[in-house]
Amino acid sequence: MEISIAAESIFHIFGVPITNSMILSFVVLIFLSVLTYFGTRKMETVPHGMQNVLELAVEKLLNLVDSITHDRKFSLRIFPILATFFIFILINNWVGILPGVGSIGVTHLVHGKEVFIPLFRAGTADLNTTIMLGIAAVIAIQVVGITTLGLFRYGKKFFDFSSPLGFFIGLIELLSEMIRIISFAFRLFGNVFAGEVLLIILADLTPYIAPVPFYIMELFVGFIQALVFTMLALVFMTMATVTHGPDDHKKEEAQEEEPGQLETA
Amino acid sequence: MDPEVAKILAPSLTIAIGAMMPALAIGWMSSKGLEAIGRNPEAADKIQATLILTVAFVEAIAVYALVVALIAKFVA
Repeated sequence: MEISIAAESIFHIFGVPITNSMILSFVVLIFLSVLTYFGTRKMETVPHGMQNVLELAVEKLLNLVDSITHDRKFSLRIFPILATFFIFILINNWVGILPGVGSIGVTHLVHGKEVFIPLFRAGTADLNTTIMLGIAAVIAIQVVGITTLGLFRYGKKFFDFSSPLGFFIGLIELLSEMIRIISFAFRLFGNVFAGEVLLIILADLTPYIAPVPFYIMELFVGFIQALVFTMLALVFMTMATVTHGPDDHKKEEAQEEEPGQLETA
Repeated sequence: MDPEVAKILAPSLTIAIGAMMPALAIGWMSSKGLEAIGRNPEAADKIQATLILTVAFVEAIAVYALVVALIAKFVA
């Protein structure tokens, strides 16, 4: 059986290896671009067809973001990157279930052995993609925090020189920000890759019968992982705009539900 | 113990033991969450959001164990 954790490179362009998951990521990118281009070509006030579907997606996602931030202005500010995360991860997860992904491939000679290399592989089943998404999410969270609070107030959360205990807590907060990259990356990668491996092994055992309920589970897991990634990024962004100092009365009053709700999480 | 036996046991035990505590944790958290919703149905949305979030955190730990098991099996 040909299961490998690292994505296999199919060919090289100017010395840069192009892996099978990169190919599928590009296909998803082109598909989404074409879809939105044709959906928004002639914008009507009462939407029909593809524009209707896109507006539905935008409205649902905006309601999701609103339900955590309770602040329409802030939601509109962070909405583009969160919606991008959601749609990109969702379509990449689901594309890994399509027939042909993982089964159509070439046979290469590697170290003297004949190895089957699939031509297509889900984009998020590659650790590179998920680490990139994790880094992008954490950088976005920092940017949202810094632009809302200002560099010094945001930095005071991590470098708190008022007391030795505060200093250690600040360092641990900084460490936990870095750990989030790993947790984002491995949560997404583990779920999608394990789903792929499960489908391969089941198809190997009982070809047409056993994988069917697991395809349904894979659809569900793909959706849930995209939702969880987006909601975690959303919650961390909302938490990044809250400080706990007494000097911060206006911001605390505007978000007085938030610290209470998120502190007890 | 032969190396072949160890090669098969290692990933299996990793995921088997590694998934026990997250399973218990999710069960406990969901039961407390449902209890809270039952006591205060108006706060159901907030409780649900927090519940989904924390379940995602805990499930990630089980996924870490799974990834280590996969590495142990496929990357020798």
